[in-house]
Amino acid sequence: MTSTVSRLAIVRLVALAASSVALLAFTLAATATPRTTSATWTADERALLRSLSLSALEKLPADPSNKYADDSAAMLLGGRLFFDTRLSGNGKVSCATCHAPDNGFQDGLPLGKGVGTAGRRTMPIAGTAHSPWQFWDGRADSHWAQALGPLESPAEHGGDRTQYAHVMRAHYKDAYEAVFGALPDLRGLPERAGPVPDTTRSRAWARIVPVRQDEISRVYANIGKAIAAYERKIVFTPARFDRFVEAELAGRQHSVTDAFSDDERAGLRLFIGKANCSTCHNGSLLTDNHFHNTGVPQSTDGAANDSGRTTGVRAVMASEFNCVGKHSDAKRDDCSELRFAVSEGSELVRAFKTPSLRNAVTRPPFMHAGQFASISDVLAHYNRAPTAPAGKTELKRLRLSDSELRQLEAFLNTLVSPVGFPGATASRGATAAP
Amino acid sequence: MRSTYSHYRLTVLIIVTAAISGCMAMMAPPANLDYSRVRTSVNGRYHAAIKPDGDSIPQGKLQKWTLHLETASGSPIDDATVSVDGGMPQHGHGLPTKPLVTRHLGNGDHLVEGMKFNMGGWWVVKFRVNTTAGADSVVFNLKL
Repeated sequence: MTSTVSRLAIVRLVALAASSVALLAFTLAATATPRTTSATWTADERALLRSLSLSALEKLPADPSNKYADDSAAMLLGGRLFFDTRLSGNGKVSCATCHAPDNGFQDGLPLGKGVGTAGRRTMPIAGTAHSPWQFWDGRADSHWAQALGPLESPAEHGGDRTQYAHVMRAHYKDAYEAVFGALPDLRGLPERAGPVPDTTRSRAWARIVPVRQDEISRVYANIGKAIAAYERKIVFTPARFDRFVEAELAGRQHSVTDAFSDDERAGLRLFIGKANCSTCHNGSLLTDNHFHNTGVPQSTDGAANDSGRTTGVRAVMASEFNCVGKHSDAKRDDCSELRFAVSEGSELVRAFKTPSLRNAVTRPPFMHAGQFASISDVLAHYNRAPTAPAGKTELKRLRLSDSELRQLEAFLNTLVSPVGFPGATASRGATAAP
Repeated sequence: MRSTYSHYRLTVLIIVTAAISGCMAMMAPPANLDYSRVRTSVNGRYHAAIKPDGDSIPQGKLQKWTLHLETASGSPIDDATVSVDGGMPQHGHGLPTKPLVTRHLGNGDHLVEGMKFNMGGWWVVKFRVNTTAGADSVVFNLKL
């Protein structure tokens, strides 16, 4: 009896093993199709593939406007500030509320939700230190200037710079002073005051003498610089696409971890060819860091008549926290992106920043106000190239078939990888130590 | 006024070229383009040469160029007023930046700052040169 049971168990085990092997073989055949086909790419295509790979990413550029950008103590302070809800009007909102580390540093909502509702979608952070412009409309020209925008926005953190200076003195005095030097004397200053839309606080701000306003604004700028020192360490890690390119260009046999299915391979060909995606989604981060009108429909819930870069460029030119402002550490010659920015013209109307396509498929809803629920909706939009609600779309009709659209979507899924950031301890979900 | 007119003419050129190319847009540039970095102005008044930093023109990075200008008879020009314009004829858009001549370097050389090309393909860069001898334009083709 015992021996019959044992034999039955062995038969079952062998059957299970055989079926597992068969399933694995089928899965490999269906999804991996390992092979070497480097000869099928032209020299130009090989150069383009190399340029899109993360291995071609240049060293993180210095930020001359923030002399603390690569200071490790500033980075540690910035990391604490990033998660601190005391930096908000209601004590409930931190940077991480919308830029959630376990969700690729974004929130998955059509419009950011802080103290109120923002006019646009929360942008992810990974890799953005490589961009000269921040926000969908580029209204900040550095990470630190970007961080300061939401802090005083009534819809986002809802606080003000005097409040934040008090928070720094009460909770971060030693860490702040170790990086930036002595905090100013805040005695006699109101608890809440700043150049914000709220009239009570803006009037209180107006009553502060200019020299003390400057001291508070300096602390405020330094909060941004510390947060920037943290944010610039948030990076993309290599995706299957990067491993595929490495093996493909080396003419190496693909392994299970770097092979592409036929659909993914066809999608890549469309991406760099007929579908024109790599025109704007170029370079290792798959963005040209510029602004384009792609005819995205008006959001029903977001900012009304959002004109994109038209207002963004005016805002960055006028910002007290831009590269040439008094809180910047840069010399004028270091501020060429700002000095030579296109400041007017029809091309700016409803032009929004090209987002990186790395991890894009993990970030629905899509576009600057979450107008599209799925990546297939996005691809259908690019295929159709409709008239823009304002300005002129740069898109031209693609005439891709349904199967080509499916192949493109399959390719975009190969661009997913964990996001690395300081303090991450495990490769879980969308996060990992770099 | 001249600058506005120049911009208008370039815009018309880009639109007409884009219209002619029609569905050709996003495809390979015309086969017979002259990519020389030494060109004569449209009406023959000036010779011009561009010297980008390095041999190749990088994509997505701000660059400084030297623009060398000479009269038709070969004398260096140091008193020119120069404006810069350009774009991608097949895409129908202009330059992503607003480059400027920021310094006269002497011996006919002019420093051009703010040059940038944010995508691959065929670009045109046009220098509108104005001296006491008159105005003329020099157009360069680039392939990135």
